[in-house]
Amino acid sequence: MSVITLTIDGQAIAIEEGATLLEAAQEVGAAIPTLCHLKGLSPVGACRLCVVEVEGIPKLLPACVTAAAEGMVVHTNTDNLQDYRRTIVELFFAEGNHVCAVCVANNNCELQDAAISTGMTHVTYPYQYPQREVDVSHPQFGLDRNRCILCTRCVRACDELEGAHVWDIAYRGEHAKLIAGLDQPWGTVDACTSCGKCVDACPTGAIFRRGATVAEMERDRAKLEFLAQAREEQQWTR
Amino acid sequence: MSKTVVIDPVTRIEGHAKISIFLDDQGEVENARFHVVEFRGFEKFCEGRPMWEMAGITARICGICPVSHLLASAKTGDKLLAVQVPPAGEKLRRMMNLAQIIQSHALSFFHLSSPDFLLGWDSDPATRNVFGLMAADPDLARAGIRLRQFGQTVIELLGARKIHAAWAVPGGVRSPLSEEGRAWIRDRLPESLDTIQTALALFKDLLDRFSEEVASFGQFDSLFMGLVSPTGEWEHYGGHLRFVDSQGNIIADGLREEDYQDFLGEAVENWSYLKFPYYKPLGYPDGIYRVGPLARLNVCEFMGTEGANRELQEFRQRAGGRCATSSFFYHYARLIEILAGVEEIARLVDDPDIASDRCRAKADINALEGVGVSEAPRGTLFHHYNVDKDGLIQKVNLIIATGQNNLAMNKTVTQIAQHYIHGPEIPEGLLNRVEAGIRAFDPCLSCSTHALGKMPLQVQLFDRDRNLIAQVQRD
Ligand code: SF4
Ligand code: SF4
Ligand code: FES
Repeated sequence: MSVITLTIDGQAIAIEEGATLLEAAQEVGAAIPTLCHLKGLSPVGACRLCVVEVEGIPKLLPACVTAAAEGMVVHTNTDNLQDYRRTIVELFFAEGNHVCAVCVANNNCELQDAAISTGMTHVTYPYQYPQREVDVSHPQFGLDRNRCILCTRCVRACDELEGAHVWDIAYRGEHAKLIAGLDQPWGTVDACTSCGKCVDACPTGAIFRRGATVAEMERDRAKLEFLAQAREEQQWTR
Repeated sequence: MSKTVVIDPVTRIEGHAKISIFLDDQGEVENARFHVVEFRGFEKFCEGRPMWEMAGITARICGICPVSHLLASAKTGDKLLAVQVPPAGEKLRRMMNLAQIIQSHALSFFHLSSPDFLLGWDSDPATRNVFGLMAADPDLARAGIRLRQFGQTVIELLGARKIHAAWAVPGGVRSPLSEEGRAWIRDRLPESLDTIQTALALFKDLLDRFSEEVASFGQFDSLFMGLVSPTGEWEHYGGHLRFVDSQGNIIADGLREEDYQDFLGEAVENWSYLKFPYYKPLGYPDGIYRVGPLARLNVCEFMGTEGANRELQEFRQRAGGRCATSSFFYHYARLIEILAGVEEIARLVDDPDIASDRCRAKADINALEGVGVSEAPRGTLFHHYNVDKDGLIQKVNLIIATGQNNLAMNKTVTQIAQHYIHGPEIPEGLLNRVEAGIRAFDPCLSCSTHALGKMPLQVQLFDRDRNLIAQVQRD
């Protein structure tokens, strides 16, 4: 397998060909914030939080879906990038209805973490206050679209790890929304095996265990990672 | 695409309490009105939310008594799950409510009201506050602050946060009290008991000098409503509702919170955003009733703990009858309730259930409608939810304590105005007394958070043709 070399934040690094910039950055310990990325699921580049600068390329590139290439000079943490990332997080907050104080995911939410790590102190864009549906028709789980950032982690976890493919994103632009089955109440979708992988995948308080109250949602990401790796390496027994 | 934007006229809290006083032909006070602008938006934006979030959401209605909403909401949730809360869950909730009563009453008495009693009604408002008290009686001020801190810390030990704790949940509570928590409480009990006993002795001493205030600060007949236990014991969490009249006759008893709409009516006046609840069988405004510490002491037969029960007997003696009818006695009642709270916590802290982790019953939605009730420091609090079969909120109705005292607060302000105003001028010191009259109810308006002896207040005096003839204001 061939190895390529590149520079990330001034550090030279050698890495297997085919690795993404995100993986390369992780190798050198550069912390790039991510939201839609979840190790073990196929990358989609949906949130753009992981953008980086590559010298000689006039646009910003999402690190999670960009392959590292020979001789690249990458910057992961410039003022310019911080501005963009903070803007992205602000837009997430302005677009949905995020009331952290009463949210099941409070203190345990990757969007909140992103707000903190990008230094967001307030939202400079007008809040959209969309009218979105809450679906608690499933006997064990609930979905509050007000907190959904359309990262599609649940869609991929359900499809790629469980093989059930309950979730999809329907409609476009500001009307885009997460749907179960053929846009029906989650509890009525026969394909759902109630495995809870989407619950563990969701970065925000959008998918939760029914009956969870404020700040009560904790997720088992380690389980997902274990499953993803087992699947990849065909280690179905331990 | 067309969009209709509806802007409701008022969704914010008015920082000023406004009072209008109307004179008759002779220049005597005919009537006075206490105007309140109250925030009701909560009921609207709870719609569509999962029922489980309600405790967390409603706890944010009030920064001073979040625990009361938390408990009323959790109790409503119990009904929607149709479960019985495990004994540990109930005792833990009770402990938190007692701690809430202690801290809220301590704030009312030591921080807000005692400067009036101890420094004088006519003393300079600039120093008639807890800082002035600190200068005049540092020991008392410090003890009061520590008593409040005792209550707050118990809440924190239980809920892991001082306020806005989402600890009481439908079905029970999230966690029991830790061993360290128990130890801390045991350790601080003697001091708290000592402080409240000192405060009671002090207040009773002063009471003899306040006959004018006792007679004019909302001294009138009315009904009283509150929770009592099945045996007639003082209650703050369970039991049933009871109404008594000023002579202590039981007017209605064994009322269930589910039926509140049968016995409580809500009148609307065009000059106030606060509704006027009344006891339905007597009609409006004859069905005027008071809630809160005074009412709770009036409706019960006895207190559940020894010291508090002794104080109740003396309270009744001093009030000159089975019921205390002067709103000034709210202060007195508050102190007795603090004592009851401290004594009761002392009992609960040694109860083995308090450390049991069997404190939460789990179930799904089993009923589509529920009404929960609890006694907030300021009085009886109702939460009423309708949900769909999945547990999404369809409708919410909240009846808060300050609202129920609305009629009584108006009557109190009128009485104070009648006593102190004769003619077209607003006498010196009236603002202070009106403020103190309202403060007796410890209303949870924004003005009660503008504490420190400086309630923003505007008083306007009108002649019989409704012309403004005098006005005083304090910002
Ligand atoms: S999902 Fe995260 S950011 Fe959104 S309300 Fe919940 S805690 Fe806040
Ligand atoms: S529900 Fe959660 S995991 Fe699914 S798209 Fe929305 S935010 Fe992402
Ligand atoms: S993490 Fe790379 S685009 Fe979302």
